[in-house]
Amino acid sequence: MIQRNGRTGEPIDLSIDCAGIRSPNPFWLASGPPANSSGQVMRAFDMGWGGAVWKTLGDPITNTASRYGAIPYQGRNVAGLNNIELITDRPLEVNLKEIAEVKKKYPNHAVVVSLMVETKDEWRDIIKRCEDTGCDGFELNFGCPHGMCERGMGSAVGQEPKVLEEIAGWVMEFASIPVLVKLTPNITDVLYPAMAAQRGGVDGVSLVNTFKSVIGIDHDTLSPIPSVGGEGTSGGYCGPAIKPIALHMVTRLGKAPEFHLPISGVGGVQSWEDALDFLLLGASSIQVCTAAMHYGFKIVDDMILGLEEWMREKGYSRIDEFVGKALPNYKEWGDLNLNFKIVAEIDPGTCIECQLCYAACEDGAHQCIELPKGTRVPRVIEEECVGCNLCQIVCPVEGCITMVERDTGLPRESWNERVAKGTAGAGSLH
Amino acid sequence: MALAADRLETLLPDHKPALTTAQARAEAGRCLFCHDAPCIAACPTGIDIPLFIKQIHSNNVLGAARTILEANALGHSCARVCPVEVLCVGDCVYNVKGEPPIMIGRLQRYATDPAVHGGIQFFEAGSSTGRSVACVGGGPASIACAHELVRMGHRAVVYERNPWRGGLNTDGVAPYKMQAEESLKEVEYLSAIGIEWRLDTAVGDDVTWDDLEAEYDAVFLGLGLGTDSGLGIPGEDLPGVWGATRLIRAIKTGAGSLPDPASLGAAVVVGGGNTAIDAARELSLLGVPEVMVAYRRDQDAMPAYLHERGHAVEEGVRFVFRTLPLSFEGDRRVEAVRLTALDHDLEPTGEPYTVPADIVALAIGQARLIDLLDQVDKLDHDWGRVIVDPDTGQTSNPKYWAGGDLANGGEEVVNAAAEGKRAAYGIDGWLRENGGR
Repeated sequence: MIQRNGRTGEPIDLSIDCAGIRSPNPFWLASGPPANSSGQVMRAFDMGWGGAVWKTLGDPITNTASRYGAIPYQGRNVAGLNNIELITDRPLEVNLKEIAEVKKKYPNHAVVVSLMVETKDEWRDIIKRCEDTGCDGFELNFGCPHGMCERGMGSAVGQEPKVLEEIAGWVMEFASIPVLVKLTPNITDVLYPAMAAQRGGVDGVSLVNTFKSVIGIDHDTLSPIPSVGGEGTSGGYCGPAIKPIALHMVTRLGKAPEFHLPISGVGGVQSWEDALDFLLLGASSIQVCTAAMHYGFKIVDDMILGLEEWMREKGYSRIDEFVGKALPNYKEWGDLNLNFKIVAEIDPGTCIECQLCYAACEDGAHQCIELPKGTRVPRVIEEECVGCNLCQIVCPVEGCITMVERDTGLPRESWNERVAKGTAGAGSLH
Repeated sequence: MALAADRLETLLPDHKPALTTAQARAEAGRCLFCHDAPCIAACPTGIDIPLFIKQIHSNNVLGAARTILEANALGHSCARVCPVEVLCVGDCVYNVKGEPPIMIGRLQRYATDPAVHGGIQFFEAGSSTGRSVACVGGGPASIACAHELVRMGHRAVVYERNPWRGGLNTDGVAPYKMQAEESLKEVEYLSAIGIEWRLDTAVGDDVTWDDLEAEYDAVFLGLGLGTDSGLGIPGEDLPGVWGATRLIRAIKTGAGSLPDPASLGAAVVVGGGNTAIDAARELSLLGVPEVMVAYRRDQDAMPAYLHERGHAVEEGVRFVFRTLPLSFEGDRRVEAVRLTALDHDLEPTGEPYTVPADIVALAIGQARLIDLLDQVDKLDHDWGRVIVDPDTGQTSNPKYWAGGDLANGGEEVVNAAAEGKRAAYGIDGWLRENGGR
């Protein structure tokens, strides 16, 4: 359990309401291995998690060994994780009994039950039985990209807007508590399935589910990873690597004027800063799976403390005060100001003379940094600098390279404005 | 020759033990992969350090070993014995950043261990040129030279007066950096591509220079330095007064009748170079309770590396500066050293005093092999230091090349390796131009 720090000021209220599902903070365990049993979920709630989406219930399945593969990067073991695990492998009765126990013990935490069945009768039956547990909502698993989709469920539904809309309609017929649809990212434009869910009448969407992926090949056995006795298959990719793509999809829905549903943001959240990105782009709850698989439930401490600290610093007392607050700054490329100019500046005092900025600019960008004779400290050729940021990105010393604004004396002008004025040819594209 | 199993060096711990795979991957991940990397410039053999570290990180450990050994055949021992603190690691840009520099030596060891221990060869003898070269002295310079020559297709025969191979790598390196066994493994590995050895064979005694000139197309001189110098003061021939390199050799190989250091009460080491520090640290680590280093100049003038001195102090070695022994005293063996303090002009000052010493190590330099070198026709040397062409390693006698301590006056294993390789290229070029015999 985290220790609240004793700073005075406006009390911070982290509670949220996402599509009618309330929880004491925005951090929910996503449907997956960490939310597989009452023991895990209760321990997670004790350690500070605000909610959990129970691992998907449905017809009993048999899982394989092994199930997970990971991409390590720069000394971290999990930059991305791939899994071929299916929905719960525990009997429905056991899950339902445990959900009821958790709800009884934790009435104020959000317990959302993920569901995946096939026929209308099955949906009716499972919704009825689940609602008897006292759970707070449902999440329809229309996103799982491995195993279940081959049986006509999971992402097979999420990739067919018509089917999605129809099944969502059935669920809304039977359910008396809030319903979220979990969207698959394995499509060209997430707005299509999202609109189908909206037309089906659900209360909100969760995105994203995992990306269909092959993690790699074992170079000795030539088996795909994870290996099931020397053979493998595509799995669902998650973890830090997918966050930027998930953020794009959340933004896509947040910016679409025709889409109105609340969003539960999922995909690669490891820290409070990751979570804040999703919140600022319009998500009203955050789901986390891989970070809990990697570091255990305690990782939520950092998420809660960091978010509170940021809110205190920025003067917010409630989450809904800043949900979606970055969306107005998100523009189409054609609306960006072409007359805004920044250039790189290298601080010779903190430069450690690794010359990575030189190599990056010379070989990988626009040849705007030189190596003056007699020193190892590189120099920016300002008149050549295009302000691309690459040198700053590769520099290992924080604050050594800064991007400094230069006043061009020109008014704001975008590509779209140039097109409108008929001057679009003036100005080169890199 | 198998070394004595009970040699003292085996009692000493490895001060930079092998990294685990997880440690190596994490450390390799820290490397910034600098452009025009300063670590490469700091390496006398020019190993592409960022590349081999990247190879470790990308799980190509054998590829990393190949990168290292291509630049420096002795890369396996250099990983352990190089003073990286003043070479590659000392120039790592992380020092400028105020963060721990990359553990380059330990990563290098991580890369070469599987290759050398597993006998995985990256190189082979070139197709025979019919030429042959004698390499005199069986240490790093000759081995590096011979390895390169064999790769080029020349026959290389190493002459070594000791019954073991490897020179100072085997009998002189501080055991907590590398034990003799490891050096022998490396020599075995490198020799496997076809280096021939003539052990127990002292050139000048057992074979003459004329014999070599008759049998070989060229001669490489990698003889190193001579025996330990003495002070020429009373009591120097008492049992218990050792030359430092002879003492270290005894610790490492079991040669010589060294008493168990744990049974001794006090040691005095005379000198201020790295050999003095090595001898002092080894005696201290082997259990001599009181080890004192007496150096005749000020602390700042000490040639020994600062980091080595720091380790010695941590291990309890005591230093006295501007201090000179006047005599060694004792009945049947040394029992005490009579010392005097020196003033700023290094002249004796104050009353002499004695300190107890059951063992003394003289680390004040090594003799030059002047008499031996004078046996070779037209070989120019500066008081025993053979003069060579800086590009080719060739001496004033066109049939002779030289490298290592004999030519540089006493530097590191990595310098010897670089100079041995340089000479191999020089010899190869000369043989091509001059058609040999």
